[in-house]
Amino acid sequence: MAVHTSQSVAKAAGDDVARGRSRGTGTPPPPGKFRRALSVHWYAWTMVAPVVIVIGVIIGYPLVRGIWLSLTDANERNVARSIGVNELPATYEFVGLDNYADALTGGQFLGTLGWTLVWTVSCVGITFALGMALANILNRKIAGRSAYRMALILPWAIPGFVSVFAWRFLYNEERGLLNKILGGAGIDGIPWLNDPTWAKFSVIAVNVWLGIPFIMVALLGGLQSIPSEQYEAAEMDGATAWQRFRHVTLPGLRPVSTTVVLLSTIWTFNMFPVIFLLTRGGPGESTQILVTQAYKFSFEISPRDFAQSSTWGVLILVLLMLFAVVYRRVLRTQGDNW
Amino acid sequence: MTTAAHTPTAKAAAPAGARHSSRTPRKRGERSPVASVALHLTLVIASVIAVFPVLWVLLTSLKPAKYATTTDFFRETTFENYTNLIKDTEFLTWFGNSVVIAGLTTVLGVFVSATTGYAVSRYRFPGKRGLMWTLLITQMFPVAVLIVPIYNIMSTMGLINQPAGLVITYLTISVPFCAWMMKGFFDTIPREIDESGMVDGLTPFGTFWRLILPLAKPGIAVTAFYSFITAWGEVAYASAFMVGDENLTLAGGLQKFVNQYGAQWGPMTAASVLIAIPAALVFLFAQKHLVTGMSAGAVKG
Repeated sequence: MAVHTSQSVAKAAGDDVARGRSRGTGTPPPPGKFRRALSVHWYAWTMVAPVVIVIGVIIGYPLVRGIWLSLTDANERNVARSIGVNELPATYEFVGLDNYADALTGGQFLGTLGWTLVWTVSCVGITFALGMALANILNRKIAGRSAYRMALILPWAIPGFVSVFAWRFLYNEERGLLNKILGGAGIDGIPWLNDPTWAKFSVIAVNVWLGIPFIMVALLGGLQSIPSEQYEAAEMDGATAWQRFRHVTLPGLRPVSTTVVLLSTIWTFNMFPVIFLLTRGGPGESTQILVTQAYKFSFEISPRDFAQSSTWGVLILVLLMLFAVVYRRVLRTQGDNW
Repeated sequence: MTTAAHTPTAKAAAPAGARHSSRTPRKRGERSPVASVALHLTLVIASVIAVFPVLWVLLTSLKPAKYATTTDFFRETTFENYTNLIKDTEFLTWFGNSVVIAGLTTVLGVFVSATTGYAVSRYRFPGKRGLMWTLLITQMFPVAVLIVPIYNIMSTMGLINQPAGLVITYLTISVPFCAWMMKGFFDTIPREIDESGMVDGLTPFGTFWRLILPLAKPGIAVTAFYSFITAWGEVAYASAFMVGDENLTLAGGLQKFVNQYGAQWGPMTAASVLIAIPAALVFLFAQKHLVTGMSAGAVKG
């Protein structure tokens, strides 16, 4: 991991003199740039050392190994393993970029990527729109506001896998409550999780349900930080409610919304439990997103295909990092200091 | 002079009223009864959708198992699902596993990352931007990119099916997250306090330890709590690394009740309630600070 990659040495050195200098008294001017930086910054570096070390050991090392595995043909049968007292050495071989070529030219990865993008965009879009609407309503003076707020946050407070099982209970085709209600209204039951299209709809609905509280609470915080003078000024200029929303609320929420959109895009793209626990990617592979498919390669099929799984993992990471970089660049060009 | 203060409002209201002559001029913050009803209706519908699935599981857990899938709200309220769950299944073992694993993850995560949160909040130093980006990027690490290599490393070290293996794995999630969150909380503590510590001759670490840490306790509590919940609710690693009934965590255990051959809704709903209620209570208590930390850490990055 490239941890110490900053370009801001000069800026930083100037800024921290007050703190760093107290340690440096009495020492002669250090010869090298690095020595000087060390004498100024050693406190900060010591403080961040534990995290840097831990990240290096338990994230950096596995990451490097993961990238290495993706360049091999490793699977369950040829990795190093111990059976009883016998230690079997690894026999997998380096295959270069074959796995990547297979993934990017075969239909499966691109197909799964397509649905993953649909899933991410629709989940984040719907969640954000509804969260924004609810936050704006809750930001008004309205009777019972804190009770509503409490109720609306509840989905966030329940551990995700519990909620997902609750939804599975509701979605159950023969005995689930949703179909009983439909039946009571004389409508045929819907195969919520057993029909490819309905399954897609169902998993998105659950994820939206799970995701609204975070966005709503974050935006509510953002709304409360917009000075009310801005609204008064807008109102004085005769702005309609929509114009006020468009020209005061949205710009005022920008710092918060850019962050929550970035976070929820990443979280949704990688949302393992909803898909895994609701449909296991089924029926067929219709709801499989990249993460659950990669998991399936290494933990659900036999023999476990570690190389393929790692390849997908690396590709997911690359996609997300590209997204983050582009996102940040777009924000920059629009003048955000982010 | 006091009357003068009101004039701008009056002036503002007048032209607005004149333009929309059909509507009576309204002061800011007031709204028509129709709008009120619409707002309340929206909120009620949204709240019902938010609460109902959870409430339904709670109600079902209090019905005899054979009525689990009936639509009656109350039917022979009983705790038999709970007693059966505790007597006949490994629920308590799973619960214990989850407590130990999530607890250790939290303590280690907070302990390792506290000074980092402080350093990135207070100092500018070479490598800071890189570190901040690493913290952010590791949060977007999909399970998929680390799960296989970690699984292989753990399996060569004999740590599959061991709580220790899962704790180490969870630190990959918890450490970057805790550092990120705590930076947000440290940012809210005024820098003058650090400066006064310096003036009194405390070292940077002394300032952190004696002055800032006590002030940041609520923030640390929230961070710790959230990382506990994250580990408590983790599914992918837990499902892959823990096999065998006695080693499961709650996320794995609950899957036992619902498999493709059918579901034992009685114990499942009871277990859900027992897992959710304590978490939910503390969560609702902590949530206000939660978003502050998350968004503050990110916005001022």
